[in-house]
Amino acid sequence: MHDDERLIGRLLGPAGQEVTCDVCFEQLDSYVELELAGRDADAELPGMRSHLEGCPACAEDHESLIAFVSRERT
Amino acid sequence: MDYESQAWLAALRASGSEREAATARLHDLLLRAARFETSRRRDSLARIGAAELDDLAHQAAADALVAVLRKLDSFRGDSRFTTWAYKFALLEAGVKLRRRAWEGRELPLDVKGRPPLADLGPSPQAGAETSELLDAIREAIEKELTPHQRDVLVAVTVNEVPIDVLAERMGSTRGALYKTLHDARRRLRAHLGAQGLRVGGSDA
Repeated sequence: MHDDERLIGRLLGPAGQEVTCDVCFEQLDSYVELELAGRDADAELPGMRSHLEGCPACAEDHESLIAFVSRERT
Repeated sequence: MDYESQAWLAALRASGSEREAATARLHDLLLRAARFETSRRRDSLARIGAAELDDLAHQAAADALVAVLRKLDSFRGDSRFTTWAYKFALLEAGVKLRRRAWEGRELPLDVKGRPPLADLGPSPQAGAETSELLDAIREAIEKELTPHQRDVLVAVTVNEVPIDVLAERMGSTRGALYKTLHDARRRLRAHLGAQGLRVGGSDA
Protein backbone atom coordinates (compact mmCIF):
# COMPACT_ATOMS: atom_id res chain seq x y z
CA MET A 1 0.00 0.00 0.00
CA HIS A 2 1.28 3.50 -0.84
CA ASP A 3 2.39 5.80 2.03
CA ASP A 4 -0.45 8.25 1.28
CA GLU A 5 -3.03 5.49 1.55
CA ARG A 6 -1.46 4.23 4.77
CA LEU A 7 -1.58 7.77 6.19
CA ILE A 8 -5.24 8.14 5.19
CA GLY A 9 -5.93 4.76 6.78
CA ARG A 10 -4.32 5.88 10.04
CA LEU A 11 -6.16 9.22 10.01
CA LEU A 12 -9.62 7.85 9.31
CA GLY A 13 -9.27 4.50 11.12
CA PRO A 14 -11.46 1.48 10.56
CA ALA A 15 -15.02 1.97 9.36
CA GLY A 16 -16.75 -0.73 11.37
CA GLN A 17 -17.82 -0.89 15.00
CA GLU A 18 -14.92 -1.57 17.33
CA VAL A 19 -14.33 -2.48 20.95
CA THR A 20 -12.41 -0.24 23.36
CA CYS A 21 -8.76 -0.77 24.38
CA ASP A 22 -9.91 -2.24 27.71
CA VAL A 23 -12.27 -4.74 26.07
CA CYS A 24 -9.60 -5.58 23.52
CA PHE A 25 -7.15 -6.47 26.29
CA GLU A 26 -9.83 -8.45 28.12
CA GLN A 27 -10.61 -10.57 25.05
CA LEU A 28 -7.14 -10.74 23.50
CA ASP A 29 -6.23 -14.19 24.86
CA SER A 30 -9.52 -15.72 23.69
CA TYR A 31 -9.20 -14.03 20.31
CA VAL A 32 -5.67 -15.37 19.79
CA GLU A 33 -6.67 -18.90 20.78
CA LEU A 34 -9.61 -18.81 18.35
CA GLU A 35 -7.24 -17.68 15.60
CA LEU A 36 -4.71 -20.40 16.43
CA ALA A 37 -7.49 -22.99 16.43
CA GLY A 38 -8.46 -21.88 12.91
CA ARG A 39 -11.88 -20.65 14.05
CA ASP A 40 -13.63 -17.48 12.93
CA ALA A 41 -12.37 -15.21 15.72
CA ASP A 42 -13.95 -12.11 14.15
CA ALA A 43 -17.42 -13.67 14.12
CA GLU A 44 -17.10 -14.92 17.71
CA LEU A 45 -15.61 -11.70 19.09
CA PRO A 46 -16.95 -8.89 16.90
CA GLY A 47 -15.27 -5.51 17.03
CA MET A 48 -11.82 -6.90 17.80
CA ARG A 49 -10.48 -6.85 14.23
CA SER A 50 -11.55 -3.25 13.64
CA HIS A 51 -9.95 -2.16 16.90
CA LEU A 52 -6.69 -3.91 16.04
CA GLU A 53 -6.69 -2.12 12.69
CA GLY A 54 -7.24 1.24 14.39
CA CYS A 55 -5.05 0.98 17.49
CA PRO A 56 -1.32 0.46 16.85
CA ALA A 57 -0.53 -0.30 20.51
CA CYS A 58 -3.20 -3.03 20.82
CA ALA A 59 -2.12 -4.36 17.41
CA GLU A 60 1.42 -4.73 18.76
CA ASP A 61 0.13 -6.58 21.82
CA HIS A 62 -1.88 -8.88 19.56
CA GLU A 63 1.05 -9.54 17.25
CA SER A 64 3.29 -10.34 20.22
CA LEU A 65 0.80 -12.66 21.93
CA ILE A 66 0.06 -14.70 18.82
CA ALA A 67 3.78 -14.97 18.01
CA PHE A 68 4.74 -16.00 21.54
CA VAL A 69 1.92 -18.52 22.06
CA SER A 70 2.61 -20.03 18.63
CA ARG A 71 6.27 -20.43 19.54
CA GLU A 72 5.48 -21.95 22.94
CA ARG A 73 3.28 -24.58 21.32
CA THR A 74 5.80 -25.79 18.75
CA MET B 1 -11.94 -24.83 31.95
CA ASP B 2 -9.09 -27.13 30.91
CA TYR B 3 -7.30 -29.27 33.51
CA GLU B 4 -4.01 -27.40 33.34
CA SER B 5 -5.69 -24.03 33.94
CA GLN B 6 -7.61 -25.46 36.92
CA ALA B 7 -4.33 -26.76 38.34
CA TRP B 8 -2.73 -23.32 37.98
CA LEU B 9 -5.63 -21.65 39.80
CA ALA B 10 -5.64 -24.23 42.59
CA ALA B 11 -1.88 -23.91 43.13
CA LEU B 12 -1.92 -20.11 43.10
CA ARG B 13 -4.82 -20.11 45.59
CA ALA B 14 -3.16 -22.65 47.87
CA SER B 15 -1.07 -21.65 50.85
CA GLY B 16 2.50 -22.12 51.96
CA SER B 17 5.09 -23.81 49.79
CA GLU B 18 2.61 -24.93 47.11
CA ARG B 19 1.61 -21.33 46.43
CA GLU B 20 5.21 -20.15 46.58
CA ALA B 21 6.29 -22.76 44.04
CA ALA B 22 3.41 -21.92 41.70
CA THR B 23 4.16 -18.21 41.96
CA ALA B 24 7.82 -18.85 41.12
CA ARG B 25 6.83 -20.99 38.09
CA LEU B 26 4.44 -18.28 36.95
CA HIS B 27 7.14 -15.64 37.30
CA ASP B 28 9.46 -17.76 35.12
CA LEU B 29 6.78 -17.97 32.40
CA LEU B 30 6.11 -14.24 32.54
CA LEU B 31 9.83 -13.48 32.35
CA ARG B 32 10.14 -15.71 29.28
CA ALA B 33 7.29 -13.82 27.61
CA ALA B 34 8.78 -10.42 28.55
CA ARG B 35 12.22 -11.46 27.23
CA PHE B 36 10.60 -12.62 24.01
CA GLU B 37 9.13 -9.14 23.59
CA THR B 38 12.35 -7.27 24.38
CA SER B 39 14.22 -9.52 21.98
CA ARG B 40 11.67 -8.94 19.20
CA ARG B 41 11.85 -5.17 19.61
CA ARG B 42 15.64 -5.00 20.00
CA ASP B 43 16.21 -3.66 16.50
CA SER B 44 14.05 -0.59 17.15
CA LEU B 45 15.93 0.07 20.39
CA ALA B 46 19.51 0.25 19.16
CA ARG B 47 20.51 2.76 21.83
CA ILE B 48 19.61 0.39 24.67
CA GLY B 49 22.12 -2.20 25.85
CA ALA B 50 21.46 -5.89 26.51
CA ALA B 51 21.72 -5.51 30.30
CA GLU B 52 19.16 -2.70 30.36
CA LEU B 53 16.81 -4.66 28.11
CA ASP B 54 17.02 -7.65 30.44
CA ASP B 55 16.40 -5.40 33.42
CA LEU B 56 13.35 -4.04 31.63
CA ALA B 57 12.12 -7.60 31.01
CA HIS B 58 12.50 -8.37 34.72
CA GLN B 59 10.50 -5.25 35.65
CA ALA B 60 7.79 -6.21 33.16
CA ALA B 61 7.60 -9.76 34.56
CA ALA B 62 7.40 -8.47 38.14
CA ASP B 63 4.62 -6.00 37.28
CA ALA B 64 2.78 -8.65 35.28
CA LEU B 65 2.97 -11.09 38.19
CA VAL B 66 1.33 -8.55 40.49
CA ALA B 67 -1.39 -7.88 37.88
CA VAL B 68 -2.08 -11.58 37.27
CA LEU B 69 -2.36 -12.39 40.98
CA ARG B 70 -4.60 -9.37 41.56
CA LYS B 71 -6.91 -10.32 38.69
CA LEU B 72 -6.92 -14.08 39.27
CA ASP B 73 -10.64 -14.11 40.11
CA SER B 74 -11.48 -12.52 36.75
CA PHE B 75 -9.99 -15.45 34.81
CA ARG B 76 -13.01 -17.31 33.47
CA GLY B 77 -11.26 -20.04 31.52
CA ASP B 78 -12.17 -18.71 28.07
CA SER B 79 -8.55 -19.39 27.10
CA ARG B 80 -5.72 -21.38 28.62
CA PHE B 81 -4.47 -19.83 31.85
CA THR B 82 -0.98 -19.41 30.43
CA THR B 83 -2.25 -17.50 27.35
CA TRP B 84 -4.25 -15.24 29.67
CA ALA B 85 -1.18 -14.65 31.88
CA TYR B 86 1.23 -14.08 28.98
CA LYS B 87 -0.75 -11.10 27.73
CA PHE B 88 -0.01 -9.20 30.95
CA ALA B 89 3.74 -9.74 30.53
CA LEU B 90 3.67 -8.76 26.85
CA LEU B 91 1.60 -5.65 27.61
CA GLU B 92 3.94 -4.57 30.42
CA ALA B 93 7.02 -5.18 28.26
CA GLY B 94 5.51 -3.41 25.25
CA VAL B 95 4.53 -0.31 27.24
CA LYS B 96 7.93 -0.14 28.95
CA LEU B 97 9.77 -0.52 25.64
CA ARG B 98 7.75 2.20 23.93
CA ARG B 99 8.22 4.56 26.86
CA ARG B 100 11.95 3.79 27.02
CA ALA B 101 12.32 4.44 23.30
CA TRP B 102 10.80 7.89 23.79
CA GLU B 103 12.60 8.70 27.04
CA GLY B 104 14.32 12.08 26.79
CA ARG B 105 12.64 12.80 23.46
CA GLU B 106 10.39 15.79 23.11
CA LEU B 107 7.08 15.19 21.39
CA PRO B 108 7.02 16.90 17.99
CA LEU B 109 5.40 20.33 18.43
CA ASP B 110 4.85 23.24 16.05
CA VAL B 111 5.47 26.93 16.78
CA LYS B 112 2.16 27.09 18.62
CA GLY B 113 3.25 24.20 20.85
CA ARG B 114 0.87 21.75 19.22
CA PRO B 115 1.48 18.47 17.35
CA PRO B 116 2.50 19.58 13.84
CA LEU B 117 0.32 18.88 10.86
CA ALA B 118 3.18 19.73 8.48
CA ASP B 119 3.76 16.13 7.37
CA LEU B 120 0.17 15.82 6.25
CA GLY B 121 0.51 16.52 2.57
CA PRO B 122 0.26 14.28 -0.47
CA SER B 123 3.49 12.81 -1.80
CA PRO B 124 4.57 13.75 -5.35
CA GLN B 125 3.32 10.33 -6.45
CA ALA B 126 -0.19 10.81 -5.07
CA GLY B 127 -3.05 10.73 -7.55
CA ALA B 128 -5.63 13.50 -7.86
CA GLU B 129 -8.23 11.67 -5.78
CA THR B 130 -5.76 10.99 -2.94
CA SER B 131 -4.51 14.60 -2.99
CA GLU B 132 -8.07 15.89 -2.84
CA LEU B 133 -8.89 13.60 0.07
CA LEU B 134 -5.77 14.59 2.03
CA ASP B 135 -6.49 18.29 1.49
CA ALA B 136 -10.05 17.78 2.70
CA ILE B 137 -8.82 15.82 5.74
CA ARG B 138 -6.34 18.57 6.63
CA GLU B 139 -9.07 21.19 6.42
CA ALA B 140 -11.50 19.07 8.43
CA ILE B 141 -8.89 18.46 11.14
CA GLU B 142 -8.48 22.20 11.62
CA LYS B 143 -12.16 23.13 11.36
CA GLU B 144 -14.23 20.19 12.56
CA LEU B 145 -12.33 18.77 15.51
CA THR B 146 -11.97 20.10 19.04
CA PRO B 147 -8.40 21.20 19.92
CA HIS B 148 -7.96 18.07 22.06
CA GLN B 149 -9.25 15.74 19.31
CA ARG B 150 -6.98 17.47 16.81
CA ASP B 151 -3.88 17.17 19.01
CA VAL B 152 -4.43 13.49 19.82
CA LEU B 153 -5.25 12.55 16.21
CA VAL B 154 -2.25 14.39 14.77
CA ALA B 155 0.20 13.12 17.41
CA VAL B 156 -0.83 9.47 17.04
CA THR B 157 -1.55 9.18 13.33
CA VAL B 158 0.65 11.83 11.66
CA ASN B 159 3.57 12.13 14.09
CA GLU B 160 3.27 8.43 15.06
CA VAL B 161 3.73 8.97 18.78
CA PRO B 162 2.82 5.71 20.60
CA ILE B 163 -0.51 6.20 22.32
CA ASP B 164 0.72 5.07 25.74
CA VAL B 165 3.69 7.47 25.51
CA LEU B 166 1.27 10.27 24.65
CA ALA B 167 -1.02 9.22 27.51
CA GLU B 168 1.87 9.41 29.97
CA ARG B 169 2.89 12.89 28.75
CA MET B 170 -0.69 14.17 28.80
CA GLY B 171 -1.51 12.66 32.19
CA SER B 172 -4.20 10.50 30.62
CA THR B 173 -4.75 6.82 29.87
CA ARG B 174 -4.43 4.79 26.68
CA GLY B 175 -8.14 3.97 26.79
CA ALA B 176 -9.20 7.60 27.24
CA LEU B 177 -6.96 8.82 24.41
CA TYR B 178 -8.13 6.06 22.08
CA LYS B 179 -11.73 7.11 22.76
CA THR B 180 -10.77 10.66 21.74
CA LEU B 181 -9.05 9.32 18.61
CA HIS B 182 -12.08 7.19 17.77
CA ASP B 183 -14.46 10.14 18.15
CA ALA B 184 -12.19 12.34 16.00
CA ARG B 185 -12.09 9.73 13.23
CA ARG B 186 -15.87 9.35 13.31
CA ARG B 187 -16.27 13.10 12.99
CA LEU B 188 -13.84 13.28 10.08
CA ARG B 189 -15.53 10.37 8.27
CA ALA B 190 -18.96 11.90 8.71
CA HIS B 191 -17.78 15.31 7.48
CA LEU B 192 -15.92 13.92 4.47
CA GLY B 193 -18.80 11.59 3.60
CA ALA B 194 -21.21 14.55 3.69
CA GLN B 195 -18.95 16.27 1.15
CA GLY B 196 -19.32 13.28 -1.15
CA LEU B 197 -15.73 12.10 -0.70
CA ARG B 198 -15.02 8.38 -0.74
CA VAL B 199 -13.58 7.46 2.64
CA GLY B 200 -13.73 3.64 2.38
CA GLY B 201 -15.99 1.21 4.25
CA SER B 202 -19.07 2.27 6.16
CA ASP B 203 -19.79 3.15 9.75
CA ALA B 204 -22.73 0.76 9.93
